[in-house]
Amino acid sequence: MATIQKRADEGVSDELTLVQQAKDGDLEAFSELVRRYDRNIFRIAQHITHNEEDAQDVVQDAFFKAYRNLEQFQGNSKFYTWLVRIAVNEALMKLRKRRNDRTVSIDEDVETDEGSMPREVADWSPNPEQLYGTSELGDILKKTIQGLPPGFRTVFVLRDIEGLSTEETAEMLGLSVPAVKSRLLRARLQLRERLAKYFKFKKDGDGQR
Amino acid sequence: MKCTEFLRELSDYLDGKITEDLQAELDEHLHWCRECHVVVNTTKKTIEIYRDNQIYELPTPLRNRLHEAIMTKCRHSKETKKDI
Repeated sequence: MATIQKRADEGVSDELTLVQQAKDGDLEAFSELVRRYDRNIFRIAQHITHNEEDAQDVVQDAFFKAYRNLEQFQGNSKFYTWLVRIAVNEALMKLRKRRNDRTVSIDEDVETDEGSMPREVADWSPNPEQLYGTSELGDILKKTIQGLPPGFRTVFVLRDIEGLSTEETAEMLGLSVPAVKSRLLRARLQLRERLAKYFKFKKDGDGQR
Repeated sequence: MKCTEFLRELSDYLDGKITEDLQAELDEHLHWCRECHVVVNTTKKTIEIYRDNQIYELPTPLRNRLHEAIMTKCRHSKETKKDI
């Protein structure tokens, strides 16, 4: 996690300078901020929307919105935190549109017991990733995380994939710290439960996969 | 300690965010509970697999295209503002 955290924090000291320069009309400075975070924003958007076209739109819209509203960024939080908050909102809007405006919300607490009491307690193969080729593994991971409710997977993505702290995640999503913790635990356990069927230790002649 | 109590602390345990006393209690539980031991290891592996295999990378040509589109919009917005 340390390395991922470092990437998001990289160059925080000069970040405020870049933001100030961009506020003063320096487009090059803003361009540098885009380069710094576009990959993270794309990843987060893809995870939330599950749609590459939507994710591309989210990247464009989030950065453009950030640019137009730079004056409102007071520097109380990190620029990245502020940007992700914009991007998450944009991504959720896209998701709602795709689902015909069915309510999709980060703060809806999904009543589910799935994974809260582990059913699958067989051990996994020592190197589960090596059971599959890269693209097959990618498909498994995508399919599995896509099955989580949006609120769960967003918390998992920000905390465990992007390496943000619980407090930062709570701030970005407008959730309380206990709410983030509860969603993270359930997301982790549900993913584990679902991945088990692909990764669990296979005995010879077991016939299961 | 019961397994349900252990599971409540699982996230903080994995993140190393617990007190020494609680850590000792959890370790003690893990020592004899095979099921929780497996759950800890496989949950840890779940997180690592997602962290190590980024499934949504931004390809460079697309990245460049998006960057250009964003900057064009920003430039246009800046010029429009100037005209007002």
